[in-house]
Amino acid sequence: MDIAWIWGLVGGGLIGLAGAVYLLGNGRIMGASGIIGGLVDTSGRDTAAERLAFLAALIAVPAALHYLGGARVDTGVTGDIWLIVPAGVLVGLGTRIGNGCTSGHGVCGISRLSPRGIVATLVYIGAGVLTVAAVRALLGAL
Amino acid sequence: MRRVIALIAGGLFGAGLHLSGMTDTTRVLGFLDIFGDWDPTLMFVMGGAILPMALAWRLTIGRAPATGGSFPTRPDPRLDPALLAGGLLFGIGWGLVGLCPGPAIASLSYGQTGGIVFFVSMLAGMIAAPPLRARLDSAARRA
Repeated sequence: MDIAWIWGLVGGGLIGLAGAVYLLGNGRIMGASGIIGGLVDTSGRDTAAERLAFLAALIAVPAALHYLGGARVDTGVTGDIWLIVPAGVLVGLGTRIGNGCTSGHGVCGISRLSPRGIVATLVYIGAGVLTVAAVRALLGAL
Repeated sequence: MRRVIALIAGGLFGAGLHLSGMTDTTRVLGFLDIFGDWDPTLMFVMGGAILPMALAWRLTIGRAPATGGSFPTRPDPRLDPALLAGGLLFGIGWGLVGLCPGPAIASLSYGQTGGIVFFVSMLAGMIAAPPLRARLDSAARRA
């Protein structure tokens, strides 16, 4: 039996708990693109230390779980650099132009029934679905 | 104290991404592949995350954050071109590889080349974004 959905619920619960701790503790919305983007474009200079603390733990904990023999480790990222580079640039551009990603607009926005978060989530999931379908169709045609 | 809270939140976020399988791009692409062999896991992750988060938003009513200050106010609900254009660009990039910012950062912990190249490219996009966004915002004000 495939129990991926149970791990999905458990992991999702931890992600929601993380957002709750960040909101109730620091009074901020836990959005991955916002936290790192504010460092990259220096708009979040005043809160740089807490942003770095968040990012350090976000990298360290999966590494620790990985070495402790936790569940999945393979990210399955394509080996095609001509796909990776434009995809990374688009994700960086899009999340900063649209002011949020899956954690900020998705988890934090939908849970407060924010119209902007809900619309943004529908737009990026829709664009993602069409992109996957287009890539599949192109690869199938080759 | 704010740094300790950020450290705890980042750690929980990383653990959640790792355990849920969201650092595995084949699962994410499987969710977006609704015309193919659809993988619903991401929906359970979203659902599992939205429940505690909705409770947290309720707890903000009539309170202040533990470290002082105030909770974020509700943003202007109106949609603007930047929100839609940003979501579109982000979704295309997400659909190409299957990484969004959270898992892209978390995947650095596994030291795999593809993830590192993606992360650096994402930072480049983030650096390039502010002028483009300013242009979209001023176009929206003129309209």
